[in-house]
Amino acid sequence: MAIFGSGTRPIIGRGPSLIARFLLFASLSIGLMVSDHRNHYLTSLRGLLSTGVYPIYRLVDAPFSFTHWLRDTLTDRADLRRENSRLTTQVRDLQLSVQTLAAVTAENQRLRELAGATADITKKRLIATIMNVDLDPLRHRVLLNKGQVDGVFKGQSILDAHGVFGQITQVGRYTSEAILISDPEHGIPVRVNRSGLRTIASGTGNLNKLNLPFLTGAADIKVGDLLISSGLGGIFPAGYPVGVVTKMDRNPAETFATVEARPLAKLDSDYEVVLIWYQPPAIEPAVTTAAQPEKSATDTKPKATLDTSTVKHSPTTTNKTKPSQSASSSRSSNKKPTH
Amino acid sequence: MSSHNAYIQILLSTAIAVLLTIMPLPQLINMGRPDWMLLVVIYWSLNAAFVTGLTYAWCCGLLIDALVGTLIGQHAFIFVLIATLVQRFQFRIRVFPLLHQSIIVCLLIVLYQFMLFWIDGIVGTALSSWLRWLPAVIGALVWPVLVAFLDTSTRNIR
Repeated sequence: MAIFGSGTRPIIGRGPSLIARFLLFASLSIGLMVSDHRNHYLTSLRGLLSTGVYPIYRLVDAPFSFTHWLRDTLTDRADLRRENSRLTTQVRDLQLSVQTLAAVTAENQRLRELAGATADITKKRLIATIMNVDLDPLRHRVLLNKGQVDGVFKGQSILDAHGVFGQITQVGRYTSEAILISDPEHGIPVRVNRSGLRTIASGTGNLNKLNLPFLTGAADIKVGDLLISSGLGGIFPAGYPVGVVTKMDRNPAETFATVEARPLAKLDSDYEVVLIWYQPPAIEPAVTTAAQPEKSATDTKPKATLDTSTVKHSPTTTNKTKPSQSASSSRSSNKKPTH
Repeated sequence: MSSHNAYIQILLSTAIAVLLTIMPLPQLINMGRPDWMLLVVIYWSLNAAFVTGLTYAWCCGLLIDALVGTLIGQHAFIFVLIATLVQRFQFRIRVFPLLHQSIIVCLLIVLYQFMLFWIDGIVGTALSSWLRWLPAVIGALVWPVLVAFLDTSTRNIR
């Protein structure tokens, strides 16, 4: 083995002892960890670090983006024609299915206005490319090639062509890190499209499996049901497909049923995803209810309890109170079964 | 030996370890990806402790934290811990036969994975999958290759 100059310079008796140096670095690291976790003081440092390592990401990604570019550039004419005709057919089909959509959207909007509710409005979309970089294999995180300079923010929701993909966890200057809905640390509020039942779908660490841990045996849900995002919690816009129920196991001996779902987004094979900016409903009513707390509190309470069982799209006033309630209740119930 | 060359060797091997750490791999192989950075830190802590010291291990850990997006200081802390252990016992480990060394390295990676798991558990959800321990075995298998490679490349400056 190569031994560098252990004879020329003594190791022992130079500077502070090994243990002292270890304690110095250890306390420094622990200090960093605590301030990163507890107080989020380090967002600027993290941004700086991620900008610093951006060239490394680019370097690792370069061969892959180059082959991608090469494949795009060197396609032959026949291939392009075939793709063109396929896309033309697809566009025609989609246009056919969209024809009535405008009328339906307008009607829906009018009805919502009558009911005093506003829908989520998607303001802006941005296509982001997933960089060919592997982060921690045990956590489902990906790196996107859009960052602070593109206006990406923490908690932004990400979709792909088939459904909800995940959300942004860290924003660097030119890149951002996203968590997939299948990560064990992730949970998304969903609604069963058929029955309107609301619950939470949490990740399992398996790309093809979501877990719905808070459903009792009596819950109205069955295999094949479509799960769509409910819009509660204020992160994800409402109404986007999340997954399909694949397993429903009612065991009378247990309080909760075992329900599993398969994510609809192509979590493992996506190359491009869509970042969206949307306006969550009910911004102004929140201000007015805050101005007169006693009155609005008594007003909204009974409505809120009604809505949970019947109405799919709750009116604005309840929409404001419920996310916080459901978020806190789900968070507290989140802890119980796992520990 | 020339210290200047040693620095180049260390920087080069670190750079390669960084690239190997985030190099995309198929899902199946990805689970068993050896912790290249840790292996390189162990190698240099063993063979060039006076050049690298603990500062090198700490900087490498911080770099991994920045790259992989873990809690800042998590990898840094564990790398420093392992570098301290290696430096404390460097004279003993250095004269071990290669197989014996591989076993020590395996144990060190197990310690590393356990510390990661522990800190993850304190901060949030730790994923307890048996796949977590696969890199320890792979790392022990890779160690002789790494030693052979780095020893050959540093022969001229010994």
